[in-house]
Amino acid sequence: MKNNGPQSATPTARLPKCPTGIRGLDEITSGGLPRGRPTLVCGGAGCGKTLFAVEFLVRGAVQFGEPGVFMSFEETDAELKSNVASLGFDLAGLVRRNKIVLDHVHIERSEIQETGEYDLEGLFVRLNHAIDSIGARRVVLDTLEALFAGLPNEAILRAELRRLFRWLKDKGVTAVITAERGREQLTRHGLEEYVSDCVIVLDHRVNDQIATRHLRVVKYRGALHGTNEFPFLIGEEGLSVLPITSLGLNHKVSNARISTGIPRLDAMLGGRGFFRGSSILLTGTPGTGKTSVAAYFAQAAARRGDRVLFFSFEESPNQIIRNMRSIGLRLEPLVQRGCLRFHAARPTLCGLEMHLATMFREIAAFQPAVVIVDPITSLLAAGADFETKGMVTRLIDFLKGGQVTSLFTSLTQSGHALQQSEIAMSSLMDSWLLLQDFDGNGERNRVLYVLKARGMAHSNQVREFLISNRGIDLVDAYIGPSGVLTGASRVAQAAREKAETLTSQQEAARRKRELERKRATLEQQIAGMRSEYKTEEAELRRTDEQVGTRTRVLTAERTELARLRQADAIRAASRTPGKPKPKSKR
Amino acid sequence: MRTSKTTRATKAFEKALATRPTGRCVLRLYVAGATDRSRQALLRVRKLCETELNGEYELEVIDVYQQPILARNGQIIATPTLVREYPRPMRRFIGNLSRTAGLIVGLDLETKGKGAV
Repeated sequence: MKNNGPQSATPTARLPKCPTGIRGLDEITSGGLPRGRPTLVCGGAGCGKTLFAVEFLVRGAVQFGEPGVFMSFEETDAELKSNVASLGFDLAGLVRRNKIVLDHVHIERSEIQETGEYDLEGLFVRLNHAIDSIGARRVVLDTLEALFAGLPNEAILRAELRRLFRWLKDKGVTAVITAERGREQLTRHGLEEYVSDCVIVLDHRVNDQIATRHLRVVKYRGALHGTNEFPFLIGEEGLSVLPITSLGLNHKVSNARISTGIPRLDAMLGGRGFFRGSSILLTGTPGTGKTSVAAYFAQAAARRGDRVLFFSFEESPNQIIRNMRSIGLRLEPLVQRGCLRFHAARPTLCGLEMHLATMFREIAAFQPAVVIVDPITSLLAAGADFETKGMVTRLIDFLKGGQVTSLFTSLTQSGHALQQSEIAMSSLMDSWLLLQDFDGNGERNRVLYVLKARGMAHSNQVREFLISNRGIDLVDAYIGPSGVLTGASRVAQAAREKAETLTSQQEAARRKRELERKRATLEQQIAGMRSEYKTEEAELRRTDEQVGTRTRVLTAERTELARLRQADAIRAASRTPGKPKPKSKR
Repeated sequence: MRTSKTTRATKAFEKALATRPTGRCVLRLYVAGATDRSRQALLRVRKLCETELNGEYELEVIDVYQQPILARNGQIIATPTLVREYPRPMRRFIGNLSRTAGLIVGLDLETKGKGAV
């Protein structure tokens, strides 16, 4: 009993998988195709069935050391080799090194005549021989349905196909069987009836003149798989199915912050700028300076030594460099130093997923720390709404997975600052800056808001956003009773305020002066009074002196008189030193 | 000029049509092992060749189990398969040759074979 639990759980949980090596597909199927079983790949003409099959074999041989047999019912060996050589698959070399066996089965209906009972043992023998000759682990039958065209007896054929798939399973090879898409069923001849383990449908649709390939895992017995339709494309390195990354939400996060390149903007974002590895949306109406902010951010990052990849979908790199020079940014040296790389493409050049794949490839090649997409709205025009959201999700996931900080600019129409698609997109973004135009007093002025900044205290205030030949500057917009004032009205308001201040200053100065004068007058008065007082005092003293003198004179005269009269009383008094003697001499 | 050339070519073509190709008929029979079906096919083709071709034939029997590479080179899918390598064009007859009528037509034996069948 004890052992039963884990044992019974193990086989269901661990269905052996055979990795295809096709980018994205192994993620969708969580590991690859069912090992040792046949997989049916069906789709219409030009869907990439053969390429899928070839890539499965080539990657198996090159990456996983599993030799393979390619049995082609349509293309000859030479055709096949040259067809896939353009995708960088060296089929001829692999055949030479006994990694892959090509066997072209030629069926010419006009040569064949049926004369009785038969079976397809010849095909089995050939396949068996091919598998055994190199010890193949993988087999491709492309397109098996050609047999239906070549052999008249369908009853025999069906019986033999059933035997073939049984035989392939017994042989233990992982097989890919391609088939044409049927009208009402998955394949034209109902092959899905025989291949019951894994069915993949490829599709090629044209929407609004843009062709998109899709892949869907219709059935995968015994395993979890993504059931969605995933866009895939045939690039220079073969097939890639998107998403490249898983759609789980388990990114590592960083607490490091990186500057926006605009000090005042950093200040608005809690003083230190964006989080490293976060995604930033920058929306704005035309001409609000989105590219300039993006370029500032790019320059700041590149100067710090981070690698910056700038995807431009509107301007050519040279144009951006020239335009940014006019606001004081020198991007050229950064490009030359290899810190900054531009990738410019017209949005209408190709479909959305082709753009996405190109971006993935560029990002993988350049390994940037900062990615700028200017503007993402150009890309959105290249696909339907739900597709673009999916694409942006994938892109953001991919970037976040690699701790790449990403800045997306987004163009909005005037008056519709928050468009539908942006609301959808904004939920994916960590920070959202809004650039807006203010129209009034015969001029347009730019303002900047931080609409959201997850995980940091950010300013809720509007800032006026100035672009001059010295660069970007943020200034406090005037917020008063008449609303937010920017530009000339802000300047006028400032001037008015300045004038008022000046007036009050002057008033104060005048009062001060007046007071000063009053004080001076007062002091003058005090001084006058004092001098008057002094005069009086001097007068008094003089009078006093005069009085004294007169008294003395009078006394002397009286004494003299008394002496002359020889008064005794006065004699005694005149014996005081000095005076009586000279007077006596005299 | 042109008309005389054309008439000459037409005459040559008609002549070629009138005469049967000379030389021996080269046949290959691919079988998969010594099954009943293989044996039936072999017996029937031998009998047919003897009666219809008066021994003017070469018959090679190939067992694809023993020589799988020949199955590949001969573009064999079904077994048994009888291949007429010569005269051209190449013809393939798949099955155990139980329906000889088709075989006789296919091997261009009808002119001689009318009396026999």
